[in-house]
Amino acid sequence: MMRRRSHTRAQALAETTFHGTALTCAVLVLVSMTAIFVELVRNSRLSLAKFGWGFLTSAAWNPVTSDFGAASSIFGTLVSTAIALLIAVPLSLAIALFLVEMAHPRIARPVGSAIELLAAIPSIIYGMWGLFVLAPYMADHVQPLLQKFFGKLPLFAGPPMGIGMLSAGLVLALMVLPFITAVVRDIFALVPSVMKEAGYGMGATTWEVTRKVTLRHGMRGVLGGVFLGLGRAIGETMAVTFVIGNDHRIAASLFASGNTISSTLANEFTEASQPLYLSALVELGLILFVITFLIQIAAQLWLKHISHRLGTDK
Amino acid sequence: MNSSSAPQSPPAGQLLVKTSVAPHAAPAPSKTKISVRGLDFFYGDHQALYDNNLEIPAGTVTAIIGPSGCGKSTHIRVFNRIYQLYRDQRASGEVRLDGQNILAPGVDLIELRRRVGMIFQKPTPFPLSVYENLAYGIRLHYKVNRSELDGRVEQALRAAALWDEVKDKLHRSGTALSGGQQQRLCIARAIAVEPEVLLMDEPTSAIDPVATARIEELVNELKQQYTIVIVTHNMQQATRISEFTAFFFEGRIIEFGPTIQLFTNPKERKTEEYITGRFG
Repeated sequence: MMRRRSHTRAQALAETTFHGTALTCAVLVLVSMTAIFVELVRNSRLSLAKFGWGFLTSAAWNPVTSDFGAASSIFGTLVSTAIALLIAVPLSLAIALFLVEMAHPRIARPVGSAIELLAAIPSIIYGMWGLFVLAPYMADHVQPLLQKFFGKLPLFAGPPMGIGMLSAGLVLALMVLPFITAVVRDIFALVPSVMKEAGYGMGATTWEVTRKVTLRHGMRGVLGGVFLGLGRAIGETMAVTFVIGNDHRIAASLFASGNTISSTLANEFTEASQPLYLSALVELGLILFVITFLIQIAAQLWLKHISHRLGTDK
Repeated sequence: MNSSSAPQSPPAGQLLVKTSVAPHAAPAPSKTKISVRGLDFFYGDHQALYDNNLEIPAGTVTAIIGPSGCGKSTHIRVFNRIYQLYRDQRASGEVRLDGQNILAPGVDLIELRRRVGMIFQKPTPFPLSVYENLAYGIRLHYKVNRSELDGRVEQALRAAALWDEVKDKLHRSGTALSGGQQQRLCIARAIAVEPEVLLMDEPTSAIDPVATARIEELVNELKQQYTIVIVTHNMQQATRISEFTAFFFEGRIIEFGPTIQLFTNPKERKTEEYITGRFG
């Protein structure tokens, strides 16, 4: 007969230690989040005091006269991210759908790996590729074409310089694509096959099953993937800095140069000589922090709302 | 109840017939709805069905019984060609639906699946509202305006004996209903597109006895309009609701005939052994 092991004091100690370690790690995340926030506020207090809420709406950025505003950076951040998601989300859905539902495994595997490799490319490589390859191509081919067809729209007005908001959005799209695709692919693969069979069994096509069954079933996960991409796009620095043109202005045209919060920080942090300049830059960082935070909250609330409505709350 | 708990002692099915609702008298032969000739089925290299022949009469309930893994589900999955979703599965032979070979190339699968609806073992409501669960299928196949759609949804829910329970929560999620209601929702969804055949793959094995009784009742009503093929593990269920029964064993149809005959006077020894619970 086997001897039963008695619970020793050592075991109890191990249990307590394990519990404590896990708790500490979890708390540490909260503590560092709070610390970052506090530090950002503390270091931007000069700028906060001088510009107040006006900092958010002012498009001025003049280090010489010490007049700073965040509007153009916020605008550029949101617009470039929006362009990226507008391109990347449908593409990712299509790729994931192809990989899971249509492609032969012999094709799906290498294509899947290739897309995952995209995620491993350092962002500076994307930036250089954007500047030396994408931007000239945009200037010579894509932008003239867009102007030919939609030239009357203010969106596509102005000289086709290659660099600018549109190119930045494109590079970002390419960068977030693998993240969204990877998540969405896993989500699609997780939808129970009997659910899909039920859809096909009704006489639905692959597209119809995807739209009403697979996508609905995986709504949470798909949105999670989209927000993962959003999170990356909104804070992406190097690649954007290379191609966006780094101009503090708000232009209607997607061809125009612009800037984002992170590109401004990357460009100007080393140049910020006066305390107020530095403080304004830190406040930009604070704004990015808050935007990301708000987006996360909005995402959570929306997820709650739709999963309640769809009854997919699990 | 599953086959393993079937009665052990009395000879050839007598007890089964006595304890259950009296089975329907053997019906007069009617028009054949589905005619299967020489059907073989393969999962990759593994053959699951061997040279099956079966004539399913129109407007009846045909039960398919047999031990686990004998090819019951596989067999009905050929009737709407749902197996084709999987690359390594293939069928050969002939399956004629009203005379048309549905295994032939060029068959319109969308139309086939409208004509041949399927109910699964586990209820499969889509993650949509009750109303949208039905509207989805209707819109796939018909051009209807809003009021026609409302009418059809109600009609299908009434036909599935679900209307009274859900009429006040049409716009709530279909996945929030009880298991039995979900299964009737799936039946409503299937009949909303006016099929001719309903395939049911152990439709009551995941729901409680009361809900099961309601579904059996429903099957009994639906057979006026539809040809129903039901796979079941439960032999009492087969005797309660079917006119014809096919007994499957190891990928072959061992015996097919009027349910009452198959259960009271089986021709094959294997059938007798199975229905008396000697294996299964």
